Amino acid sequence: MSSNILLFLGTFLASAVEAVEALTIVLAVGVVRGWRSTLLGVAAASVVLAAIIAALGPALQRIPISTLRLVVGALLLTFGLQWLRKAILRAGGYKPLHDEAAAFASGRAEAGSAATPAGRTDWYSFTVAFKGVLLEGLEVAFIVIGFGSAQGKLGLAIGAAAAAVVVVVAVGLVVRGPLERVPENTLKFVVGVLLTSFGIFWGGEGAGVEWPGSDAAILAAVALVGILSVALTQALRRRRQAASPAEVRA
Amino acid sequence: MKYVVAFGRFWWNFIVGDDWRVAAGLAVAFAGTWTLTHHGVNAWWLLPIAVVLLLVGSVLREARSGGA
Repeated sequence: MSSNILLFLGTFLASAVEAVEALTIVLAVGVVRGWRSTLLGVAAASVVLAAIIAALGPALQRIPISTLRLVVGALLLTFGLQWLRKAILRAGGYKPLHDEAAAFASGRAEAGSAATPAGRTDWYSFTVAFKGVLLEGLEVAFIVIGFGSAQGKLGLAIGAAAAAVVVVVAVGLVVRGPLERVPENTLKFVVGVLLTSFGIFWGGEGAGVEWPGSDAAILAAVALVGILSVALTQALRRRRQAASPAEVRA
Repeated sequence: MKYVVAFGRFWWNFIVGDDWRVAAGLAVAFAGTWTLTHHGVNAWWLLPIAVVLLLVGSVLREARSGGA
């Protein structure tokens, strides 16, 4: 039960973070250059992502569960540690926070300066929207496939991702702008903790480990990774403060 | 040829990311866990220890270099 909740939460939050970034790109292009070709690009990228999940999901379920968990665990661990590393460095002040308002303004300026289309289809809008949605969605597709197939709950993982996209798009339509108030780094931090913890658990099971406490070991992994990440963030903040107290106070 | 290189670079960045040492360390940790468990040692502790060491090492390395 708790692993289902964590699976839903991890997939939902990862999808929400990537959906916010994709929405910023789509809004920037659509507002400046029109919606027809932009939405065609979004639709084409969504079809490609759905095809990847539809093709890989059932195919992966034919692989022996221990091999699958080893591969999925390794993949989730590499993704999780990448997300976590960036989130810790951003929270500690060693990397700038992702700024959706700045990304929107820069995307808008680029879209405005690109050549206007000669035909009916604006290929600039199509390509930028297609690339934005595909690249932001690809990692989500792997997380959905990974979470879903390793736990035999592909439907739950797809549902969580779809719910996140619906929520982000609905909020985007209501505020009619980029979602700048979303605490993106906090979400990335939480997702990083969950991906890393599931990666440890499934990767270990795939390698033949028997976890003390069975499924409860996932919660222990979440606690270990969470406490370590918070401690690292605090240590970075103290280090930053010690290095330049005036700058930090400002 | 440049498309092959770009395709390879995309997957390298996608899977390995900014710090190749983390991916290499994970590969070693998985190989070690698999080897130990298949020789009768229930090495459940190896992956958590590896994750702690790799995350701390990677974050501190980046912080020492001043961040991006």
